[in-house]
Amino acid sequence: MNLHEYQSKEIFARFGVPVPRGEVATSPAEAAAIAKKLGGRAVIKAQVLTGGRGKAGGIKVAQTPEEAGKLAEQILGMEIKGHTVRKVLVDPLADIADEIYLGFTNDRSARMPLLMASAAGGVDIEEVARTTPEKIIKTHIHPHLGLHEYQARDVAAAIELPPELWGAFGGVAGALWNAYWENDATLAEINPLIVTGDGRLLGIDGKMSIDDNAMYRHPELEALRDKADEVEEENEARRHGLSYIKLDGDIGCMVNGAGLAMTTMDIIKLFGGEPANFLDIGGGAGVEKVAAAFRIILSDENVKAILINIFGGITRCDEVARGILAAMDEVEVTIPLVVRFGGTNAEEGRQLLEGSPLISAETLSDAARKAIAAAGKGGSE
Amino acid sequence: MSILINKDTRLLVQGITGKQGLFHSELMLEYGTQVVAGATPGKGGQWVLERVPVFDSVDTAVKTTGANTSLIFVPARFAVDAIFEAADAGIDLIVCLTEWIPIKDMIIVRHYLDQKGVRMVGPNCPGLITPGEAKVGIIAGNIAIPGDIGIVSKSGTLTYEVLFALKQEQMGVSTCVGIGGDPIQGTNFIDVLQMFEEDAQTDKVVLMGEIGGNAEEEAAEFISARMTKPVVAFVAGQTAPPGKRMGHAGAIVEGGTGTAQEKIAALKAANVRVARHPEEIPDLLKQV
Repeated sequence: MNLHEYQSKEIFARFGVPVPRGEVATSPAEAAAIAKKLGGRAVIKAQVLTGGRGKAGGIKVAQTPEEAGKLAEQILGMEIKGHTVRKVLVDPLADIADEIYLGFTNDRSARMPLLMASAAGGVDIEEVARTTPEKIIKTHIHPHLGLHEYQARDVAAAIELPPELWGAFGGVAGALWNAYWENDATLAEINPLIVTGDGRLLGIDGKMSIDDNAMYRHPELEALRDKADEVEEENEARRHGLSYIKLDGDIGCMVNGAGLAMTTMDIIKLFGGEPANFLDIGGGAGVEKVAAAFRIILSDENVKAILINIFGGITRCDEVARGILAAMDEVEVTIPLVVRFGGTNAEEGRQLLEGSPLISAETLSDAARKAIAAAGKGGSE
Repeated sequence: MSILINKDTRLLVQGITGKQGLFHSELMLEYGTQVVAGATPGKGGQWVLERVPVFDSVDTAVKTTGANTSLIFVPARFAVDAIFEAADAGIDLIVCLTEWIPIKDMIIVRHYLDQKGVRMVGPNCPGLITPGEAKVGIIAGNIAIPGDIGIVSKSGTLTYEVLFALKQEQMGVSTCVGIGGDPIQGTNFIDVLQMFEEDAQTDKVVLMGEIGGNAEEEAAEFISARMTKPVVAFVAGQTAPPGKRMGHAGAIVEGGTGTAQEKIAALKAANVRVARHPEEIPDLLKQV
C-alpha cells in the first residue's frame, strides 16, 4: 500500500524526522486559510499516489493566501496519470541551500534492508540510478542489529555533507530507519532532504510504501488507505479471494494461479489478441467464486470473449466445470466463453460442459486461438 | 539420485491437524512419502491417518521419530514461529507453503537460517516432488513421471502445466522444486541450478521465471559461468503492466527493472533456449 506525501511525512515526523509544518486542504478556502497561518507564502502540492506531480502542474507556489486559494482550486479535481486530486498539501516555502536524497528499501538479492543516499537530491532518483549509479551511496542494514551510527556517518561523508551536519544527518537517518522498519515499509524515502540556508536538515517531500502482507499488524496504517484512489473492481475481487487487475484488451481471463494467469495473458498477446484483465481465482473454484469472477470480468464493457484456463492439480477440473455451470445460472453470460481444462479430471470436466454453449479447448495455445477468434479478431501466429 | 528429497526423506508436517495439512498429508502418504510425524501445539499424543503420531513440539517430534524435513502448513501469523521452531529442533530442510508472510519477517528468518545452516524452500510455494519417490507439498503426484529433467519454478499451476506437458511426451523429471514467488526466498534459482548441475540423475534443466526482481538475470549469469547442462526457460508476465502486483508478492515490476523482456534477453545471452509459451518446452528440451 502506498501512502500519500502528507501521510508519509506525518509518520516520519512522529519518528523524529524534521518536516515542514504544513497542513492538508480539501477546498480552496481551507488552502487559503492554511497559507495565511503559514505567513502567506506557501507551496500547494497535489496529493496523488503517482509520481510526476510537478511536471503535470500539480505543484505550485503561492505568494499570498488568495493566490493559494486560486491555485488550490486549479489543482483540486485535476487528473494526474489517471488519479483525481482530492487533497492538497499546503506547506511553508523552504529556504533551500542544498538538496540530498535519503531512502530505505529492501535489497532482494542481498536479502537485507538497504540505505540509499545521494548528493543529487530533488530529482528523479531512478534516473540518477540509471545514468550515474556512482552518485548513489548504498549501505546494507543488518536486520537483527539495525542502523549503526558509523554507517550513517560514513554515508554523510560520502555524499559530501560538511562534518558539522554529520550528527544531524545521523539523527534523520536513524529516525527514517525506525519509521521504515517498525512500520513494515518496503520503501521510505525523503526526496529532497534539504539543507536550509541556516544549516538545518528538513525533509520537504516524502514517500512511503507498506508491505501489504504486514497490514494485519498495523491497523493504524490500514486506516490511512485511500479507498477513493483504488479501482473498485480490484477491491471487489479482493473481497471474494480473487486477484484482479484491469487491462485494456477485449479478452477476459479467468485462471487458477498467478503465474499461469500471466502466461495466459501472454499467450493471447503472442497470438495477436489483447487480454482484458489478470484474474487469479486461487485454489478451488466453487460456484460463489466463479460467479463473482464472471461479474467482475463482465463489468468491463470492452470484454468480447472470456477464456477460462484451469489447470487441475489438487483442484479437480470436474468440480470447476460444475462451478462454471452453476455460476452461469446466476450470472447471465451473453458473450462467447472458451474453456480449457488441463491436468486432473480434465476429460471429465470437458464431458460435463458438453451440450452447453461453451467452446472447449484442449491446449493453452488452442484456447488462446479460439478466444481470439471468438472476440472477432481472427487470430494468427 | 535426485535433489533435496527422495524415498529416504523423513517428513514432519507442522499443522498436520488442520484441514489442508491433513488432506495433503494423506496424499503424500499415498504417494509414498514417509510422513513420520505431525506437530500441533496442544494435540500431542493423538494419531492421524491411522499411522502418523502428533507431537506438541517439533523438538519432541524430531527426537522421537528422526524427522529430517519439515513441511509448514500453518497460517502466515504463525508460520515464522514455526520456521524458527523447526530450525531450532535440528531439521535440515524446511518447506514452507504459507503465503502472505511479511517481507520483514522473511528477512529476519533467512538471516537466522543462514547462520544455522538450515535450508528452506519457500515461502509461498507448492513444494517439491521427486517423481516415483516422494513429494513434499501440494504438487499433484499423477502429473509427473521419473526421468532426467530438473525443474525449478517460481510459480505453482504454471509448473503443473509443464510437468503435464512433459508427461504427455513421456518425458520424466528428476526433481521439481517450486521456490515460490516472494521477494525474499529461502532457496533461489541459483541454489537449485547448482544442485541440478551436481546431480547425476539430472541431464537437462527447465527454469520457470516470472516478472519482478532480478533472480532470472542472476540465474542467467550463473548458467553462463558455471553450468554445463542445457537449460530451457520460460518467463511469465510479458504483458503485465508496471507497478501492479500480480497475485504473487514477487510478481511486480518496479520501475525499469524486473520486466519479462529484460529477463528473456539476459537468459538468451546465456545460451538458454527461451520458450514463447509453456507448450513449447518439451520440443525445446528435445533440441538441446
